[in-house]
Amino acid sequence: MDSKHTMDAKAGSPATVAPKLSVRNLDFFYGAFQALKGINLDIPKNKVTAFIGPSGCGKSTLLRTFNRMFELYPEQRAEGTVLLDGHDILKSREDVSLIRSKIGMVFQKPTPFPMSIYDNIAFGVRLFETLPRVEMDERVEWALKKAALWGEVKDKLNQSGSSLSGGQQQRLCIARGIAIKPEVLLLDEPCSALDPISAGKIEELITELKTDYTVVIVTHNMQQAARCSDATAYMYLGNLIEFGPTSELFMKPKKKDTEDYITGRFG
Amino acid sequence: MTDKHLSTQFDAELSGISTRVLEMGGLVESQVAQAVQSLTNFDGEIAAIVLTTEQRVNAMEMEIDRDLSTIIARRQPTARDLRLLIAISKTITNLERIGDEAARIARTVKRLIKSGGSNHQRLPLSDLAFESELATAQLRKALDAFARLDVGKAIEVLKHDDLIDKEFEGLLRKLITYMMEDPRTISSAIDMIWVAKAIERVGDHAKNLAEVIIYIVKGTDVRHNPVEAVESMVE
Repeated sequence: MDSKHTMDAKAGSPATVAPKLSVRNLDFFYGAFQALKGINLDIPKNKVTAFIGPSGCGKSTLLRTFNRMFELYPEQRAEGTVLLDGHDILKSREDVSLIRSKIGMVFQKPTPFPMSIYDNIAFGVRLFETLPRVEMDERVEWALKKAALWGEVKDKLNQSGSSLSGGQQQRLCIARGIAIKPEVLLLDEPCSALDPISAGKIEELITELKTDYTVVIVTHNMQQAARCSDATAYMYLGNLIEFGPTSELFMKPKKKDTEDYITGRFG
Repeated sequence: MTDKHLSTQFDAELSGISTRVLEMGGLVESQVAQAVQSLTNFDGEIAAIVLTTEQRVNAMEMEIDRDLSTIIARRQPTARDLRLLIAISKTITNLERIGDEAARIARTVKRLIKSGGSNHQRLPLSDLAFESELATAQLRKALDAFARLDVGKAIEVLKHDDLIDKEFEGLLRKLITYMMEDPRTISSAIDMIWVAKAIERVGDHAKNLAEVIIYIVKGTDVRHNPVEAVESMVE
């Protein structure tokens, strides 16, 4: 396997542009079990990068190292380097919540806080900024508009977040994630619990978000990766098998393993 | 890892549609041979068979096209599978056009018979038969390469295409000489030129088939490249 996966110029991510996230020799352990094996890759800035692969391949684990989410569990550890703009976030002494303010995350199941729609958005902002009421109102509106939810909730901002439909809740979580203006947005299976129309709205949103953010998405849905990502990484058993422009990976993958997986010859 | 899909139904659909492409290919191959035979034997009955077969070829093209859309809509194929289906779509268009060329020859024969012209007897029919043998051999080889997804064989087809082109040019020069020597042959010589051109087009379509086979296997679009370049592209 290649020791380093970098997108080439053809990928629409010229090599001259510095990657937003660089992963170097990353190993990850759940206790004695090694879930990631020497991962090397560069995630391009202002692009959507998708991770695909069968269950247990390590794609979600990799995503969770990007904001040190794994540190919530004492038996989990990462070895290696994850650079955000050249700054190693794994070894950083910075408060982990500051890292997470730069690298937001949205989970598989919508997780609205048990509070109003407005406060769901404002809650995270208040952790990092003290805004006057008017500015906070503006921020909430901005985030909800970015998440393509404003039109549906603008008249009921005081209602509970959990009163929304599943698709709306997920967009609320994305709005909450972007309200603190992170640089990177991690999406872990954001559409797996949603109907196709809601998923379509999220995918549309992902495409729009990349003008401002670097988006990394883990998905079981290959067609979704094909539709909304610029680069795709295929992982298997903790290894990064292939990483390249989405258009090439789905039309003419370089590795037979990748081809077998995406054409459904797996297993 | 196996070469089979998780879905055996998908495997059956892909192999089924490939088989029907080969069936259609076999049909047009015999159509071309019959069309040329109807000309060399001046046989209106064989010409009529060629024209009847054309309807079957057209119907097959539409059926395969319909099934392609269904497979794409239902299976959302990627990579090699997607390339195969795109290639099949192009292949059947080429095969249908080969059928058209055969029908064109058959119609010429029927017209010649109707007008009772006998000047064609003095024309170089054996050269036409030879050109047609080259073209049908190319077509057969291309279909063979498709059945086995054999890039080497596809490249052979590309290499041999200029044989037909040269044969066509030679035939053209010969027919010009005939016309200059005896202006009474002009009318039927022009008919022969159309037939020779039709056969030459069959060779071109066989070449197109060979190119899409390389696309299926290698994922490389080799169209509009000299054959030497194609060889290095697929290495």
